[in-house]
Amino acid sequence: MEHLSIHDPPPQPGGPHPGAMMNAPPPPPQAQQLPPQMFTTAAQLLDLTDKKLLLVLRDGRKLIGILRSWDQFANLVLQSTVERVFATVPDPRDPHRRGLFADKLHGIFLVRGENVLLLGEIDLDKDDDPPVGFEKAEFGLVEKLANEQKAAEKTKETKRIKKLAALGFEGENMGEILL
Amino acid sequence: MPDLTWTIGKRMAFFKTLIDHEVTVELKNDIQIRGTLKSVDQYLNIKLDDIQVVDELKYPHLSSVKNVFIRGSVVRYVHLPAAAVDVPLLEDATRREAANQAGKGK
Repeated sequence: MEHLSIHDPPPQPGGPHPGAMMNAPPPPPQAQQLPPQMFTTAAQLLDLTDKKLLLVLRDGRKLIGILRSWDQFANLVLQSTVERVFATVPDPRDPHRRGLFADKLHGIFLVRGENVLLLGEIDLDKDDDPPVGFEKAEFGLVEKLANEQKAAEKTKETKRIKKLAALGFEGENMGEILL
Repeated sequence: MPDLTWTIGKRMAFFKTLIDHEVTVELKNDIQIRGTLKSVDQYLNIKLDDIQVVDELKYPHLSSVKNVFIRGSVVRYVHLPAAAVDVPLLEDATRREAANQAGKGK
């Protein structure tokens, strides 16, 4: 890892530096006066280390855990990881369909960076309240509902992509990324 | 033919000028997240603060999340505030880059 802190001042252009004797090209000019080490993957993830995070994967899974380690590819190590599933109860009479969610404890996860969609820091003040319109239920039930909904969504998406492909459109991810 | 693709350095420099502005990031799975742009890196990974999901009922899992790190590879669009973009400067930079690329190709 880099031994730079985001509070360090940026390198001084024009100042004496060790490479000057070797006729080295001058460093490229910075667009802004903010220190360049603020704009590295490391600096972005450093703030999130040891915090409780929500991780959304490319296949649509949501994991909640404490970020303990990471690298420049956003490969991540999560501790006390819980998988959270969401589903809505199918009820044609109710326009505001009731939502359910459930958690399953997994433990330690090492996630390969390419599968990461986003990482969100959880506001611990809001963490205890369930999401609006959702209530906690048994994992098996929610998982079954979620799988059904995912399968239905996938069938719909496959049809849509087929129709689009027939018209000459090719999507960038062809339904690979779900939520 | 000039290659109009910007180098990562140029795009990053452009995004750096938008820091602390409100942007909406649309991901490849259609979810749209609005928030204050806090940081961009070489892969165009994006950090947003005070986030708000555009269709919150459809995406309930982000309700207790205050800031996000989005992996650059999953971003489809970044909706920019029109007022924050210096169009003449951007056009100038793009032309210069295109001229550079054309010069290299010879």
